[in-house]
Amino acid sequence: MRSVVAFALLLLVAVQQAVWADLPDGARLFAQNCAVCHGETGSGGIGVPLSLPSFQATVSNQYLAATIRHGRPGRVMPAFTQLSDAEVAAIVDYIRSWYKGAPPVFSGAPVKGDPVHGKELFAAHCAMCHGADGQGGTGTGVTFSRPRGLPIMPPALNNAGFLAAAPDAMIRSVLIHGRAGTPMISFLKAGLSETDIDDLVSYVRSFQGEEKAPAAGSVAGLKPVLVVQSPYDLKTTLANLTQAINSDNFFVGRDQPVEYGLTTTAKANPHQIIVYFCDVPFLNKALAIDPRVGLFLPCRITVVEHQGKVMLMSVNPEVVSRLFNNSELNALCKEMHDRYLAIMQEATL
Amino acid sequence: MKPLYWLIRAAALLCLALSLAAPARAEGLLMARSQQMFPEAMTTLQNAITARGYTITRLQEVNENLAKMHFKSDMYRVVFFGRYDQIDALTRRYPELIPYLPLSITIFAEGNQSIVVAMPPRALEEMFPDPALRPVFEGWQRDYQAIFDRVRETTGF
Ligand code: HEC
Ligand code: HEC
Repeated sequence: MRSVVAFALLLLVAVQQAVWADLPDGARLFAQNCAVCHGETGSGGIGVPLSLPSFQATVSNQYLAATIRHGRPGRVMPAFTQLSDAEVAAIVDYIRSWYKGAPPVFSGAPVKGDPVHGKELFAAHCAMCHGADGQGGTGTGVTFSRPRGLPIMPPALNNAGFLAAAPDAMIRSVLIHGRAGTPMISFLKAGLSETDIDDLVSYVRSFQGEEKAPAAGSVAGLKPVLVVQSPYDLKTTLANLTQAINSDNFFVGRDQPVEYGLTTTAKANPHQIIVYFCDVPFLNKALAIDPRVGLFLPCRITVVEHQGKVMLMSVNPEVVSRLFNNSELNALCKEMHDRYLAIMQEATL
Repeated sequence: MKPLYWLIRAAALLCLALSLAAPARAEGLLMARSQQMFPEAMTTLQNAITARGYTITRLQEVNENLAKMHFKSDMYRVVFFGRYDQIDALTRRYPELIPYLPLSITIFAEGNQSIVVAMPPRALEEMFPDPALRPVFEGWQRDYQAIFDRVRETTGF
């Protein structure tokens, strides 16, 4: 009996400690969730630098919290839906600890302007960085590990996450003040009038509802592998495959059992052979869009003999692509999907 | 007797609730920034992988292959790994998993730091919703989390 009581008490103490340890710690949460892209001191890397005073002076806490929640669909930054409100607030506080000033607060009231004139101004003053349709600069996913055009990628303005988070008054403030230390200048100082700026704001707002839904997020319910049955035996299929890969401008690296390196060559299952290959210029193009594509590397198709049937199999790049939340990458993954299928079909003709 | 029973029950339930409140992570890729330069981060990563009982089977040298065709890239590797018994048994029963095996984690230099990226095993759970595979994917997910935490938290040489 006494031991049961002691056990219960111990359990309570343990639970208590777990509860304390679970209090959201902004610094830790930022390190876990944000630092990989924005840098551990918010100095930037993949995403925009969050510690810059000029950034902090033009965003509200509400905007920071909404950006964490919505992310930037199709523009690399994920939506952090699993974080609790307290955790999001702790991250916002932590980001603010880099800033001496008072965080601005913006009215939610719409800014009245002429979006038709705004569109003309946008084409003349903004499109060269933010893209003709406000789709943002190319190569959002690129880190400093690779050569890149601008030190900070111009963000997408026609983005559902951005438009949901930023009230008109905030966009106006960014255009008036600019973001010193980034390529984004003050357009008031550059000679636009306040009326022009209102027109631009109303044009940027007109993107809302027009955003293209990017193929990002959940991979549930999609076909994760591409499979083509072969009428030939494993050896012939393997030879055909190598030939088909070569004729599609890839160079064949090597072939080896799936279990290569895990056991002796004699013991490795001979009915599962991976063929590795690469198209280096294509790879370089993919890395310039998103250096995380290493996940796909090297290209491979596996020949599998299972219950008397020989099959060719690969990952479905269109499905894996969704995990990257990078619209630019989706087009390339579609191309990869088509090339994998074409090779597998040629090898089984 | 009765209050004690409820006390234990409540404590147990609370424990369960806490353990179910999984660490908050966004959907998408698993990523971590390491404070270490590439060679040290690479060692940390490999040690973290083997510490979870995996064998490293191969290191894909990506930047070297790019350099052969005069493309510029900082240090870049893909680390392949697995456990023989597990992969042997899984691939015999579930050949559709083969394209995703062996497991892999990508690592590349980012100035004086390094970035580590992988497809989260939890995504495999969504792709292959067979309940029999769930414990396997969840085991991998825990291992990946531990590996990524170690890479994130290890500093110095
Ligand atoms: C020389 C390139 C360049 C030009 C031209 C430019 N911008 Fe920017 N803009 C940027 C960059 C880079 C950022 C990100 C700054 C940062 O790090 O905070 C940015 C940020 C912004 C933001 C804030 C978006 C966000 O996600 O916080 C808005 C709004 C914006 N620009 C609108 C415009 C408009 C409207 C114009 C034309 C009047 C324009 N920009 C012209 C490069 C540019
Ligand atoms: C996988 C990389 C990645 C992660 C992880 C990430 N972000 Fe971002 N973030 C980005 C990118 C890229 C952008 C710019 C999007 C664009 O260019 O359209 C961005 C934009 C932002 C912006 C808007 C900046 C502006 O100019 O208005 C904020 C705020 C932000 N991120 C905060 C966070 C916080 C806080 C976290 C962690 C909870 C986080 N991000 C995690 C990549 C990331």
